[in-house]
Amino acid sequence: KHRQQMCAGEEKRVGTRTVVVGHRPVSETDAYVAQKFCDNRIVSSKYTLWNFLPKNLFEQFRRIANFYFLIIFLVQVIVDTPTSPVTSGLPLFFVITVTAIKQGYEDWLRHRADNEVNKSNVFIVENAKQVQKESEKIKVGDIVEVKADETFPCDLIFLASSSIDGTCYVTTASLDGESNFKTHYAVRDTTVLCTDEAIDALTATIECEQPQPDLYKFVGRIIIYGSNQEPVARSLGPENLLLKGATLKNTKKIYGVAVYTGMETKMALNYQGKSQKRSAVEKSINAFLIVYLCILLSKATVCTTLKYVWQSNPFNDEPWYNEKTKKERDTFKVLRMFTDFLSFMVLFNFIIPVSMYVTVEMQKFLGSFFISWDKEMYDEEIKEGALVNTSDLNEELGQVEYVFTDKTGTLTENSMEFIECCIDGHKYKDCISEVDGFSQTDGPLKYYGKAEKSREELFLRALCLCHTVQIKEADQVDGLIGHPEHVGFLISSLVGGRYQLLHVLNFDPVRRRMSVIVRTTTGTLLLFCKGADSSIFPRVQQEEIQQTKVHVDRNAMDGYRTLCVAFKELTQKEYDKIDRQLNEAKMALQDREEKMAKVFEDAEADMHLIGATAVEDRLQEQSAETIEALHAAGMKVWVLTGDKMETAKSTCYACRLFQTSTELLELTAKMVGESERKEDRLHELLMEYHKKLIQDVPKNRGGLKRSWTLSQEYGLIIDGSTLSLILNPSQDSSPSNYKNIFLQICLKCTAVLCCRMAPLQKAQIVRMVKNTKGSPITLSIGDGANDVSMILEAHVGIGIKGKEGRQASRNSDYAVPKFKHLRKLLLAHGHLYYVRIAHLVQYFFYKNLCFILPQFLYQFFCGFSQQPLYDAAYLTMYNICFTSLPILAYSLLEQHINIDTLTSDPQLYMKVSDNAMLQWRPFLYWTFLGAFEGLVFFFGVYFLFQNSSLEDNGKVFGNWTFGTIVFTVLVFTVTLKLALDTRFWTWMNHFVIWGSLAFYVFFSFFWGGVIWPFLKQQRMYFVFAHMLTSVSTWLAIVLLIFISLFPEILLIVLKNIREKNHQVRNKMIRKAPDSLSARPSVRPLLLRTFSDESNVL
Amino acid sequence: RYSSFSRRQELDTLTKVHNPLIGTKTHPSRCPDNSAFKQQKLPAWKPQLTPATVLPSFFLTGAFCLAMGVCLILSANSVREIQFDYSDKCSDCSKLRENSSNWNKECHCSVNFTLKEDILGDVFMYYGLQNFYQNHRRYVISRSDAQLLGRNVNKSYCAPFTTYHNGTPMAPCGAIANSMFNDTIDLFYNLNSSAIQVPVLKTGNSWWTDKNVKFRNPKSYNLSSAFAGTARPPYWHKPVYLLDKEDERNNGYVNEDLIIWMRVSAFATFRNLYRRVKRIRQFADGLPAGNYTFRISYNFPVTKFKGRKHVILSTVAWSGGSNPFLGIAYVVSGTAATLTGFVITAIHLKLRKKKTFFQK
Repeated sequence: KHRQQMCAGEEKRVGTRTVVVGHRPVSETDAYVAQKFCDNRIVSSKYTLWNFLPKNLFEQFRRIANFYFLIIFLVQVIVDTPTSPVTSGLPLFFVITVTAIKQGYEDWLRHRADNEVNKSNVFIVENAKQVQKESEKIKVGDIVEVKADETFPCDLIFLASSSIDGTCYVTTASLDGESNFKTHYAVRDTTVLCTDEAIDALTATIECEQPQPDLYKFVGRIIIYGSNQEPVARSLGPENLLLKGATLKNTKKIYGVAVYTGMETKMALNYQGKSQKRSAVEKSINAFLIVYLCILLSKATVCTTLKYVWQSNPFNDEPWYNEKTKKERDTFKVLRMFTDFLSFMVLFNFIIPVSMYVTVEMQKFLGSFFISWDKEMYDEEIKEGALVNTSDLNEELGQVEYVFTDKTGTLTENSMEFIECCIDGHKYKDCISEVDGFSQTDGPLKYYGKAEKSREELFLRALCLCHTVQIKEADQVDGLIGHPEHVGFLISSLVGGRYQLLHVLNFDPVRRRMSVIVRTTTGTLLLFCKGADSSIFPRVQQEEIQQTKVHVDRNAMDGYRTLCVAFKELTQKEYDKIDRQLNEAKMALQDREEKMAKVFEDAEADMHLIGATAVEDRLQEQSAETIEALHAAGMKVWVLTGDKMETAKSTCYACRLFQTSTELLELTAKMVGESERKEDRLHELLMEYHKKLIQDVPKNRGGLKRSWTLSQEYGLIIDGSTLSLILNPSQDSSPSNYKNIFLQICLKCTAVLCCRMAPLQKAQIVRMVKNTKGSPITLSIGDGANDVSMILEAHVGIGIKGKEGRQASRNSDYAVPKFKHLRKLLLAHGHLYYVRIAHLVQYFFYKNLCFILPQFLYQFFCGFSQQPLYDAAYLTMYNICFTSLPILAYSLLEQHINIDTLTSDPQLYMKVSDNAMLQWRPFLYWTFLGAFEGLVFFFGVYFLFQNSSLEDNGKVFGNWTFGTIVFTVLVFTVTLKLALDTRFWTWMNHFVIWGSLAFYVFFSFFWGGVIWPFLKQQRMYFVFAHMLTSVSTWLAIVLLIFISLFPEILLIVLKNIREKNHQVRNKMIRKAPDSLSARPSVRPLLLRTFSDESNVL
Repeated sequence: RYSSFSRRQELDTLTKVHNPLIGTKTHPSRCPDNSAFKQQKLPAWKPQLTPATVLPSFFLTGAFCLAMGVCLILSANSVREIQFDYSDKCSDCSKLRENSSNWNKECHCSVNFTLKEDILGDVFMYYGLQNFYQNHRRYVISRSDAQLLGRNVNKSYCAPFTTYHNGTPMAPCGAIANSMFNDTIDLFYNLNSSAIQVPVLKTGNSWWTDKNVKFRNPKSYNLSSAFAGTARPPYWHKPVYLLDKEDERNNGYVNEDLIIWMRVSAFATFRNLYRRVKRIRQFADGLPAGNYTFRISYNFPVTKFKGRKHVILSTVAWSGGSNPFLGIAYVVSGTAATLTGFVITAIHLKLRKKKTFFQK
């Protein structure tokens, strides 16, 4: 959804802007209307000093919970209610203040950061002189000078640099985390203008697109007006654009003209809000809230009704000792009823506590630190640990049902090792695996038959020329520089010839190939192309394919990545045509890439296939074990990759996504065929699989989902083209239910492999699964820019801090260094966070139910007069002080199962699947528990108070003592209930639990020990101390705590016994077949790949 | 959602650069500390409620509860209590009081009873009221603790009994004080046709802190001048400084009948301590067996709100007055704990047998 909005936003921005370089009008005759652009001020702050209070308050009260509490507070202020406005005003004030302070502080930080950026000094060339200005004063069209190691103050078009060739090096670490040096090129015609005077003489205009957030896209055109020549137009691309936030390196100084400033720079555009993900727990909380709101409303309604029933008896309505006040007599009955209703609402409003929201937020915020602190998720290689980008989704990690993973760089290392190559069908294999194959052509390379020498040479030439490798230069130690031609020259000198690079069309995942056009010293024009076999084979002479194809297929089966190399000789005429077309395309302002691709597409026809290479991308350590663990934890793992099917399939076997016993269903272009009948064929296949999986399977209730079924496991393989056929069928025959059938098939499979996926298709798949019935929780994990879309789409997005830059981890919710860390992240952290927060939520509702229930019951004994049972201080402090810290500590530290056990036994994950702890059943259990305890508290003390002289001196206790006894029992029971649930007692738990109880006692003494001048009534004066002088009260408190906790203790004991019994029994049953059914561990890769053919339908 | 601590939304990169905790800025080494807390490996006690640990505690708790229960029942049984409902004993009086215009007409009433056995120990005399909603909110809030502290108050919360129409403030103000129980009950011991008044103590019946801190008379050279400018509450027969003419320290706001009345009860049926029998002469051991008479000056109307009033004579044990509830509750829960202990033992043993069977 978010992406669609983004796209819509992009469309709006379509259009161009014209920038006049140096504000010098092109010609006096042209009536030039200056476009208005924003200034170069970065405003990331939300508030100013003046609007902070109103704006912040407004934003805070827009939240539904805050608004509810505000309403309650206002009701208390306006209407004569039983509890003072302080009781709800104080917590609300506290929360609002804390949030405001936090947001204010963050905003202050932003202001500071903004100021640092905005007030920094920059040099602008004005009238051939350098003028020092504050960065925020830069206007679009200003010529800016930037020196080495300075950050670009805005997005600049690179005009000239101190180096003669018009290049500069830039690092974009702060933008996308890539710390390597990138080369940018100055506009060709202005490279010479490298002094203030020269640059000042430049008259030019720049036309470029309106700002858009994509960091790697830019199209524009510069028109340079020479003094007496025709204006020259030059195309501008991302290589000419220096982005704000990037840093200039290894170049003394550059000149550039500002094109995008301030909030329109690409950096600023990139950091505007992302869609917010919400966790399933939050939805549960909201559902429970509604239940409790209903309880609250019904309680208030019941009380109001009964009040008027009770008052219909005049003895009760106004006995002689209790006359109504004048005000009460004068108000209308309806109004009185309404205020009574509101009063009851206020009296019982503590059932929905403000503090829960605060505690949940604190838990999430503080809890997320444990992930980034985890040493086991720290990777020595990249020297980084896990990164938490959002703390809202911690518990979602414990709820994942579908894992969508990228293959390359995620499951595999993404470090390629040369394995073998084939030239004209002859295979060259390296004996020593980890050596650079090229440098040892004549050495230990074992060959099986030999191709002609010239073909070998051509093959190597092609490999040497057709790339964009970045090499590290000896004299520049501090970085890597992209320098493709250089390598080309370097290596080609080995081969014995010099080449001039004419055109490069970079690799992209859609074309799946790259090409270069070079001119040899002899003047021959050559086009080299390399790419995936599927994109090369259709473009070469058909008779050459066969011999290479054998090798390629074999290699792919072995799980290697293959690359085919082809070349073509161009005649000068052909080249001129291509050159012209390419230059035209480069000048285009819009769709430049598509146009260039089109030109190359035309050029890359009828090529000659030279050979193919095979490299291995090794599996990441423990990725197989991790996938097995995820499977065992009941998750379904889908691999979404751009790779070809065979490679992906063998990787899937290697990482045990598919077992040997898994029956594979294929939905690929190969199966469907190419002809017009493919839709029919697809239909047939779908129906066949559907029948196999769904109709024929006997319905064993509940066994299918997330369990170890001994029945056949199915795996599905689908490729991009078939998927698009299913999702966007060309004819509207019966297409809409293709998707449904497909989905049903998918959901029945334990593992799904989607190959040949475009980035957007990945997101499509995720969205499709996300929106199925029951809306399962999805997780996407990937490392590259092509995974960003699915990372953003899934409920939880995880980035791998891999080799393909930082885009994935920047857009993710959590970033980990390796795929294997997913195991601990989900099985241990996710599980624990879920248990913790689920318990936190249930406990909060529970403790407030048994807090308020006695107060509700008391209404039946005080003539429904809204008399509070507890003192105002207790009402206020209960959630804030007495019972808040133990549950917070619990929700941060609890480990009901040891972390190591959780990690090693994945099946434990299933215990909390499907939001198990926040379903209605556990909710009802907690609610009943709360209700039971509330009843015990109230009626226990009620019966005790049948005779209110509880001391051995005959003195009597009053209503406040009654309330205090109930409250004491309540605080102790609720805290001890948590103590019962705590399975992991660190010193902090001890401190907080016993500390809270001690604090309660201490506070009660203190509160009752002083005559407070600000209080209307000294109702609590020495009530607590006096209460404790009575032995009966002590005994009653102890007994009631015991009775309240007794069912809970009993239940835990019975559960323990049953579990132990189960364990023992399972052990007995498992013992025998265990040794037999041990899952086959890693088998040699080849064996598996050959035998798996039989498994394919 | 309440307030967002979510770091991604709240802090954008511009801030992140400045915050090393969150920042995207790469540091040379960011290896997390290997502290037990950060690795969630703090030493911890991991209690398991296994049958082995729970069963003994069940039996222990059961035994404790049973023992406690027996003690409580015994002590509750040792308490002697006699209670007389005198609301209708003098029907003319109750009729008289139904009409509030007769407020100043005195009405006396006697209740005779015979004690078959001596009541030994301290004997307390309570008055009890039924269906008197002292815990009604309108009633509970209608008092001024500041006034009762002897302070001069401008603002009080005593509605509807704050001032008279002419502006004279009531002392003490409020509905609670206004409705103070004003029957006087005297106990006579009829010995050989002569009635001896049982000596009783009027003081020492309220909480010490109430008597000495929470209730203070306004400071002045004498009590009546301290209350100058105020008037008695409308339902009172006499002003507050005449509550106890005999004892200066029991007069005014510190009058214990007032103090006790001002501590509102938790329920509509309640009792308040009225007098204690002074243990002198023939009452040194308590009340001897014989015939007694309550002579009551019947002022407090209860029939108007369908209430009842009682006079109660009771002793107390260490656990307080007579109330069997606590004892019974202890016995019941003790029994329950013991029984569950047995049941769990049975289940446990049965399962263990199965276990050994399996292991064979």
